[in-house]
Amino acid sequence: MSTIRTLVDLLAGRRDAAALAPREWDGVIAVARAEALLATLAHRLSGAALPQPVAQLLGDARAAAAVATAQAMWEAEMARRALGPAGVHFVLLKGAAYAAADLPCAPGRQIGDLDILVARDALPAAEAALLAAGWEWVKEDAYDDAYYRDHMHELPPLIHKLRDRMIDVHHTIIPPTARPNPDAASMLDRAIMLPNGYRVLHPFDRMIHCAAHLFADGDLAGGLRNLWDFHCLTRDFQARGDCDSGTPDGALGYDEWLGDMGYRAKLWGLGPAVRRALHLSAALFGDEADYRRLSLGDRLFRARLLARDDWGRETRPLLRLAFYIRSHWLRMPPLMLARHLWTKWRKGRGAAR
Amino acid sequence: MRHNIRIAVGPVQFRIGSDWAEPVAALARLYAAYPQDETRPADATVRLYANRPWRRWLRPSVHIGGDYIVPDALPLPLSMGLLAAEMGMNLQIALGWRRHLLLHASAVARDGRSVILSGASGSGKSTLAALLGEAGWRLMGDEFTLIDPASGDALAFPRAVSLKNEAIAEVAARVDAARLGPLLAGTPKGDIRHLIPRADAVAAMHEPVRPVLLLFPQFGGAPAIERIGEGEAFVRLTEASTNYIALGEAGFAALTRLVRETPAFTIAYPDSASGMALVEQLWAEAVR
Repeated sequence: MSTIRTLVDLLAGRRDAAALAPREWDGVIAVARAEALLATLAHRLSGAALPQPVAQLLGDARAAAAVATAQAMWEAEMARRALGPAGVHFVLLKGAAYAAADLPCAPGRQIGDLDILVARDALPAAEAALLAAGWEWVKEDAYDDAYYRDHMHELPPLIHKLRDRMIDVHHTIIPPTARPNPDAASMLDRAIMLPNGYRVLHPFDRMIHCAAHLFADGDLAGGLRNLWDFHCLTRDFQARGDCDSGTPDGALGYDEWLGDMGYRAKLWGLGPAVRRALHLSAALFGDEADYRRLSLGDRLFRARLLARDDWGRETRPLLRLAFYIRSHWLRMPPLMLARHLWTKWRKGRGAAR
Repeated sequence: MRHNIRIAVGPVQFRIGSDWAEPVAALARLYAAYPQDETRPADATVRLYANRPWRRWLRPSVHIGGDYIVPDALPLPLSMGLLAAEMGMNLQIALGWRRHLLLHASAVARDGRSVILSGASGSGKSTLAALLGEAGWRLMGDEFTLIDPASGDALAFPRAVSLKNEAIAEVAARVDAARLGPLLAGTPKGDIRHLIPRADAVAAMHEPVRPVLLLFPQFGGAPAIERIGEGEAFVRLTEASTNYIALGEAGFAALTRLVRETPAFTIAYPDSASGMALVEQLWAEAVR
């Protein structure tokens, strides 16, 4: 069995960690690191009978992740202090949202940049407030800046000059130039206020965002981690219902909530992404009962998600390239893509001279 | 990978894979006498690879990869494969190690107590440590010293010492040639030759030692000693640590404790003999 499959099985709880051979751990640890899942694995295996050096390494990973999460949540606090007085309401997205809402996927989950969602008409106020509070532009280049503003779902990235941490201010969840068309205003309307004062997306929208990020945007780099998030989000929703919004509804059957979420996703053109996320998370992390026969397309995605060897190296270069090309194809119509690549190429040549 | 080797240095178990036999053979020779537990899983993985299949043979150039990488790092020619391995190992520790506070510093020990020497490249910290290691001290390491946040003790990382430029001849004159690696001439870091630490330093590599002296050596100028305060030592060491920020509160607590409990000095010295004499002098005062 391939090493990355062993990692998947350990996360899913299908394989007994105590039964792994010492040599198998080398690869599992390297692959988990490469997929940013080592601390997640460490939390999944806390309390398991493990060889002492593995237990120690996973303990290090848990401790490091706890510090990293605290640092990431400090960034959320800094954003709150900068944007609150300016009257800008924001919703936390992805890792910071999972940590703020204390979701099951949060322990050990790596949080990179701080991702927030604000109403489109609040962007100028958000931008001004962040600049005043010490964030600075990363992209000095006029073309890149204009590209972000005209065609992206977020402001050009900002870095805080003292803390060196990045914030991505989104006004919707995927580039407006892409074909699906999620309704960000509706997401903001349905967002949930947590007891700690942060806003996060409604569980349906959280799942839709996660699936959209995975399958309707990007080249699936880091996709296994995102699929694990999706798996945990669906499991959590099944277990707890809509309890974050104060209307516990654990009585909703699987098909019912799936129907509700599916309706929303379909309305926004994200039905296929959510369907694929459901199929693949069930296939990789679910119980046998969840397993459905995968289509050829699903299998290609699965192959891409698992394209790593026991030294943590990327494998299947052609498949990776195909998904990289697809990511650009998803983001913009062909003519626009051609123009973008032409500009980038000319700039690259200019810089090389 | 096609060729690979496992090496344990201090608390870190490495696994190093390579597309070529030569770097692995060179490592095997340098680390032959290090204790090895074959059942122990690797904490850190290093990969030395050709980024195009034909570059294994055609103008072979060694890219450094692993759990942690530096984007756009330049590859090295195969003749410098050993340096690539050393850089790969350092990189994994600098970016990935979280169990201890990591100081970019050399260290030596005597009677269960240690002197930590921190300084930029060219300060002479590696050379001083290597020479002291041949003069009655236990060499703890020439590159990294680890501070245990729980106990405040220093832990050794006695990799093969990376001697550079003039230090090569100076050390070679005092040690058995069998303890020296091949000369790597004209690398991006100058001439490099590795020194295998003494057997007793390797045997003692798991023994924690209490720090009693923090030194910031500066090569060049008349011999001089200057006492520095806790605050300055603290700031200098935050700059010398690659994981201070990532460790958060644990890093802060370990570092404040270190500078509060350990007297710190800058030393300037014109040559190795006077540098060693200054270390001995300060040591005698510190342990009195």
